Amino acid sequence: MLAGMLAGCNAHQSALAPFGQEARETLWLTIILVVAATLLFAGVIAVYIRAVTAPEGRLDHRGGMRVVLWMGAIGPTILLTVLLLFALPAMRPLPSEPEDLRIRVEGEQFWWRVAYDDGKAAPLVTANEVRIPVGRTVAFDLAATDVIHSFWIPGLAGKMDMIPGRTNRLVVKAEKAGRYRGACTEFCGLSHALMAFDVIAMDAAEFDGWLANARAAASGSEIARAGHPGAAVFDRYGCGACHAIGGTGHNGRIGPDLTRYGDRLSLGAGTLEPTLANTAAFIRESGAFKPGSRMPSYKGMPEDDARAVAAYLESLK
Amino acid sequence: MSLHEQDDKALREAQEERLRAVWAPPKGLFLKWSDTNNNAVGVWYTLTAFVFMLFAGLLGVLMRTQLAVPENDLVGAGTFNQLFTLHGSMMMFLFAVPMFEAVSIVLLPQLLGARDLPFPRLSAFGYWSFLLGGVFVSGSIFFNAAPDGGWFMYPPLTTRTDLSGIGADIWMLGLSFIEVSSVAAAVELIVGVLKCRPPGMRLNLMPLYAWYILVVAVMILFAFPPLIAGDLLFEMERLLDWPFFDASRGGDPLLWQHLFWIFGHPEVYIVFLPSIALFAMLVPTFAKRHLLGYPWIVLAAVGTAFLSFGLWVHHMFATGLPKISLAFFSAASEAVAIPTAVQIFVFIATIWAGRVTWSTPMLYATGSLAIFVIGGLTGVMVAVAPFDWQAHDTYFVVAHLHYVLIGGTLMPLFAGLYYYWPLITGKLLSDKLGRIAFWLLFVGTNLCYFPMHLMGLEGLPRRVFTYPAELGLGGLNLASTIGAYLIAAGAAVICVDIALSPRRPKAERNPWGAGTLEWLAHPQDEHWGIRSIPLIESRYPIWDQKDFVKKVDEGRFFLPDAEEGRRETIVTTVLDARPLAVIRLGTPGWKPMLTAFALGGVFILTTYHLYWPALVSGVLTLAMVLWWLWTGTAEIPEKPCKAVGHGLELPLYLSGSSAPGWWAMFITMMADATAFSGLVFGYYFFWTKHPDFPPQELASSPGVMWPMIALVIGLVSWLLTVGARETNARGKAGTARGLLILAVAASAASGVAGLAGPWLSGMDPTVHSYTAIVWVLTVWTSFHALVAVIMQAYVIARGLAGRMTPKHDADLRNVTVYMHFFALTVIVTYLTLGLFPEVA
Repeated sequence: MLAGMLAGCNAHQSALAPFGQEARETLWLTIILVVAATLLFAGVIAVYIRAVTAPEGRLDHRGGMRVVLWMGAIGPTILLTVLLLFALPAMRPLPSEPEDLRIRVEGEQFWWRVAYDDGKAAPLVTANEVRIPVGRTVAFDLAATDVIHSFWIPGLAGKMDMIPGRTNRLVVKAEKAGRYRGACTEFCGLSHALMAFDVIAMDAAEFDGWLANARAAASGSEIARAGHPGAAVFDRYGCGACHAIGGTGHNGRIGPDLTRYGDRLSLGAGTLEPTLANTAAFIRESGAFKPGSRMPSYKGMPEDDARAVAAYLESLK
Repeated sequence: MSLHEQDDKALREAQEERLRAVWAPPKGLFLKWSDTNNNAVGVWYTLTAFVFMLFAGLLGVLMRTQLAVPENDLVGAGTFNQLFTLHGSMMMFLFAVPMFEAVSIVLLPQLLGARDLPFPRLSAFGYWSFLLGGVFVSGSIFFNAAPDGGWFMYPPLTTRTDLSGIGADIWMLGLSFIEVSSVAAAVELIVGVLKCRPPGMRLNLMPLYAWYILVVAVMILFAFPPLIAGDLLFEMERLLDWPFFDASRGGDPLLWQHLFWIFGHPEVYIVFLPSIALFAMLVPTFAKRHLLGYPWIVLAAVGTAFLSFGLWVHHMFATGLPKISLAFFSAASEAVAIPTAVQIFVFIATIWAGRVTWSTPMLYATGSLAIFVIGGLTGVMVAVAPFDWQAHDTYFVVAHLHYVLIGGTLMPLFAGLYYYWPLITGKLLSDKLGRIAFWLLFVGTNLCYFPMHLMGLEGLPRRVFTYPAELGLGGLNLASTIGAYLIAAGAAVICVDIALSPRRPKAERNPWGAGTLEWLAHPQDEHWGIRSIPLIESRYPIWDQKDFVKKVDEGRFFLPDAEEGRRETIVTTVLDARPLAVIRLGTPGWKPMLTAFALGGVFILTTYHLYWPALVSGVLTLAMVLWWLWTGTAEIPEKPCKAVGHGLELPLYLSGSSAPGWWAMFITMMADATAFSGLVFGYYFFWTKHPDFPPQELASSPGVMWPMIALVIGLVSWLLTVGARETNARGKAGTARGLLILAVAASAASGVAGLAGPWLSGMDPTVHSYTAIVWVLTVWTSFHALVAVIMQAYVIARGLAGRMTPKHDADLRNVTVYMHFFALTVIVTYLTLGLFPEVA
């Protein structure tokens, strides 16, 4: 109930509105800690008021030393020991099996490369969106290519840093389907504030279907992609040097994979609605939306071309 | 001279005249800046730190204005990143730590009944370094060149020159310069506390503020050097491309995080403990009784200091370290709450036992207690690793740290400001304005920071220049911004109060009726510090010792005169403060300022890659230091002893471990050795990181032979120096000189042999973290060999000039201390470089 009150209106990027096992358990820990801290604070203030109002000499030297000993030393020692015994078990990571779904997420300035590996086929690469099956254990392998980032889905679990040269593992289990949001929590440069991502927790079966579809799209077997008028414009501006689109021969890895861009819930790593106008504007001047973005500006690109590319991207589902 | 003699009023006035003349500050528009007296330097230092605090506070207000509403575009991302980086860096490096040192420089001699600190020119040097470095770092924002990588400066974002600009160099070099001055002040304060106490003031009679100065200065001594070592590696990577933090060449970004937080966590207590120290002074005054539990609070302070060095990993809970080490650091982080609680309850018990006078300082103390306890409790929360994984790097932590720092540093400082203002200026501040300011600050702080707890848990990361409206955090942010404006208003009221002070009448002496020594200070602004240096028998001598103030004022204690026209103070033994000697103190002059500017030149010119001018500046610094030492230290007195009153004759020259200079050298070298161990930590850290270390293809370098040669010759130089000290003490100055000449040659040869190892095996420091760390250790040790050469040559020259004799051998003894540490450095470096690859 307390959690419900605290959660306020934000239920999709909040540690107070958990949809995963670890976040739920941590919320209980949080509630206990908050209650205990409030009681202790009230206690200290009460003792202080008592001390201030007591007439001189009410407490002699021995009594004073007892206050220091019990309230200053022994009391806190007992409380903290209890807290530790209670909290340390919560540090144990969720158990994970080798056959669990592994999702490798790499932080880049200022977006996320996401690769799903269920051990059955080659990993599926997408970007800026994480989909996970409800009720199954998922292991995230977290890394970074340029600078340190940190991967945080508050409703799912605590955060874990992404450090160049290392791979950190975070094991999670979603318990409630829905659309959520995660964000980068390690300062990573100019657009650190604009580095977020969508998280979609899906029923397990639905997830399996989605993954199969996405695989099919990536191998280009599902839709004939070259037919769209924007595809030629995409080719002409050399977008494929940085971006990959499955089934088209464009396989750049510098920028986000765009294979199923039309399926995405946001543009620019959780910063904009992926409308046609926004996508076109972003193509022409990404730096205006994301300062420090490594995507070059295409200010010279005619509006029509930008819209054609945007329309093409939107068609990729 | 006897007690009786001081009855003569004419004699007393003559003495006062002489003291006044000796301690007269330099006057005139320019000349007054050459002052070195702690009253002048300490006040400049305090004011400068206060101005930096106001400036950094304004940056904070600007940030809050940007964040008042979601998706605001008042300042861009680039500016915002500079704002928060500079806000944090300035508050830590230009306000909190220097403010402690500044206040201590003002207060310490008064607390100890000393005329001045043992090294007044060193304080002046520290101040000018601080001013120059501080203006350099904070001024960069006006050129849009301020550091923008956060106050923690995590590589690789900050070390990659394609991702970060000159701001990173300004941070690293400008603040390294300030760190040097912080360590200098720490040396000064430690020696001051240990050696300049008045006769009779045993360690357990020391005012608690002096205890805290000792504890905090020792912490600075061990906390700052790892950061300086980190800074060195950092700049080597930025300027010379040595890959310490570049994972693609065997480096590791986490090495920086370890070095930074080994500094960064003790830093929290470095800025917090001095505030407890202020409470320890003012609570007894307003409770009108001795502080209850003196040994408890001293032990708690020492315990806090000790534990604070074992907590740094709690800033790295989310980096993926092994869970077992997280459990350990979780437990240690919580344990530190215990000594903190002891200190708080000592005050509460004292107030309980006494009767409180409700004064403005007491109001601030109470307010800061309430705020600090909230910050402390959220601190215990974030020490629990699973909770921290949610709260880390979110606004929850912003709330936590501001509660700690405002409750634990800023508000206590304002309490101290209202309490000690009459001590410095002779005038009271306004009770009315003080209370208005208090309520603005208190309400503002809670309004500004309390909502941030919630923001953090609702998913708002730190260090964001804006946030989406859909998070629904607009209302909380707006409230927080209003709170920030209230804090600013409170600070403004305090500034007004200070500005009105010159127009107010003088207050009486000791207006609060305090019992500790510093309140002997005269409102009539005498510069001699204390009229005569008292014999101490109590922790609260003004309350407890009969006719104490009168006796001090009438010169009935020690050293009531300055017959030889020299600035002097008494040096005592470390533990029980038996009088040892009278030392002559440095007098005003330009050397400290010029040396600071020359040294500043090295750092500032390097920032702009002007290496040749930087080298010239470095040589100039060395020349200045030598000139300063030659003309102003280890001076042979005109007579061996002097009478200081009560039939006591004290020597005028000290050398060896009873001398302040020896202690200063020893303490400085402790800091040096700590920085060195930071570099050695780097070597072994890389070993733990790599399965093959040294990497197979590089393993043959730097070989075994050259490191072993450097080791042996280095140790020979050390033995020769020790031998020179012994022979010199036996009166054989000529033999000693001969040994020192050989020692100079040995030091030089050791340095060269050390460099020969990696040089001749063709090690390229830019290819791998291994080659880079080998080179850094080699260069560090060879640089120390060069310093040894200079020191040994200096001692030879002193002897030849007749400024050092078998009896007056302080120079040689101090250089021997350096050589002990040099031997240690040589052993660790060359055994590691030469033999570790063989066994690894």
